[in-house]
Amino acid sequence: MSDALTVGGMIVFAALLQSAVFSSLEVFGGTPDLLLVTLLGIALLRGSVTGAVAGFVGGLVLDIANMGTIGVSSLLLTVAGYWAGRYGETTGRDRTHAPFLAVVVLTVLTAVGGLALHYMLGEDVSARRALFDTLLPTLGLNLIIAAPVFALCRRLLDRSGARTVHEVRVLG
Amino acid sequence: MPRNRTARPAVLGFPSRRPVPSRSSLRTSSVLRRRIVVGVLALLALALITLSFREPDDGPMHGAEQAASTVVRPFQVAVERIARPFRDAYGWTSDLFAAKGEADRLRRENQVLSQQVIQNESALRENVRLRALLDYVHGPEFPADFSYIPAEVVATPPSAFQQEIVVPVGMNQGVRLNAPVVTNDGLVGHVTRVFSNRARVTLITDEQSAVSAVDLRTDAAGIVEHGRGAGDTLVLSQVPPEDVVKKGDEIVTAGWQAGGLRSLYPKGIRIGVVTSVGLTNTDLYQQVQIEPYVDLSSLHSVLVLIPKTPGAAGP
Repeated sequence: MSDALTVGGMIVFAALLQSAVFSSLEVFGGTPDLLLVTLLGIALLRGSVTGAVAGFVGGLVLDIANMGTIGVSSLLLTVAGYWAGRYGETTGRDRTHAPFLAVVVLTVLTAVGGLALHYMLGEDVSARRALFDTLLPTLGLNLIIAAPVFALCRRLLDRSGARTVHEVRVLG
Repeated sequence: MPRNRTARPAVLGFPSRRPVPSRSSLRTSSVLRRRIVVGVLALLALALITLSFREPDDGPMHGAEQAASTVVRPFQVAVERIARPFRDAYGWTSDLFAAKGEADRLRRENQVLSQQVIQNESALRENVRLRALLDYVHGPEFPADFSYIPAEVVATPPSAFQQEIVVPVGMNQGVRLNAPVVTNDGLVGHVTRVFSNRARVTLITDEQSAVSAVDLRTDAAGIVEHGRGAGDTLVLSQVPPEDVVKKGDEIVTAGWQAGGLRSLYPKGIRIGVVTSVGLTNTDLYQQVQIEPYVDLSSLHSVLVLIPKTPGAAGP
C-alpha cells in the first residue's frame, strides 16, 4: 500500500511539474519530458503492470492539467509504461544501459505515437516540428535528466519498503 | 509428462523434488493478469478519448474534467510557485544569452544594412550622374557629328603634375587617339594613349594640354591652358588687349578648321567661366583666368566622343 502511494505520489507530482514547469522550458527547441522519464524509472523498477497503471494515471493528470483531450496522454503513457516494465522484466535485466536505452526508444516512440494519435484525431500537427525540429533536443534533454530522475526514483521506491522485484540496474 | 527437476541442497544432503507445473501456472496467471490490466487501461483510454471528442461541451465528461481540473489546479499552482524561482532563473539566463545573441545578430545586420545604404546612396548618385549624361547626349548641346562611348573613370590623377585619368574602354570599343572626352558639365580632355580595352585621358588642366577656345558672348579667341596657380585653375591665353572679355563670360571650344586640319575638339563644348581679367600696359595679351565647369578632381563618368565620319576631328 505504501509502495502504491509512493508510486502514485511520484507520478502525480511529475505530471503536475511537467504541466506547470517543464512544458514551458524550451531548450534548443526541445522540452524535457519529466513525466515520461519518471514513468520509465518506476516501470523499470516495479514492472509492467505498475508501469502501465502509473502511465495511465500520469497521462490522465497531465491531460486534465493541460485541459487537453482526455485519454491521449493516458494511452501513450500506458503503452510506454508497460513496454518499459516488460523490458525491465526480460531483456533489460542487470544492464546498466537499460534505462538510457528505454529513454531513447520511448522518447522516439511517444513522439511518433503522439503525432499519429493527434493526426488520427484530426488535430493540426506538424510532423516536421514533432519529428525533426524538437525530437532530437527533447531526446538529449531526457537523457540529461534521466540519471538524476532514476536515482531519485530508486531512492524513493527503496524507502517505501517494497522489494524491488526486478533486476534492472537503475542508477543511484 | 511433467518435467521434474531434482536439486541436492548441501545442507540437508538429500534430494528434494520441486514441482514445476505450479510455477508455470503462476506465471501463466501473471501474464494473463498483466495483459488484462494493460488491455483494460488501453480500452479505458480509448473510451476517454472517444467520449472527450464526441460529447458536447456541456456533457458530463467535460463536467468531470472541469471538476478534476479544479481539484488539480491548486496543486498545479503550488508546484508552479515552488518552481517559479528556478524557472525565472533559467528564463533570465536564457534571455541573457538570447539577448546577447540578438545583439550580435542585430550588430551584424546593422553592418550589412549600413553597407547597403552606402551602396544605395552610391547607386543613387551614379544614377543622377548617368541621367545627366544621358540628358546631355540627347540635348541640343551635344555635337551632332559625334557619337559617344560612355565610360567609368577607373583611375584618377595620381598627382598634381600628372593630370590624367584612365577609362576602361579602348580600341575594341572604338576609342581612337586624340578623341575628345567630355561630361555633361563640359570638356574634360582628350585621349592620349589607347590600349585594347583601356585608354588614358589627359585632362585640360595638364601642363601639356592646350585647347582653342572662344568667349561665347564676344567671340574673343584664345587658348585654354593650365594656369600657374595650383589646382584646376585654367587661363585663356593669347587674347589680344582689344578683344572684350569680362568676368562671368562663358568660354567654349572654338572647333576651328583650317584647310585639311581641324581642331581636336568639336565646336561649342563648354570649358569654364571667366573669374578674372587682367591687363597691364606692358602686357601683349590679357590675363584671363577661368574656372572649369567640370570638377576634374572627382570625375566618375565621362563620354568619349567618336566622330561619325573619319576626319571630323583631326589630326
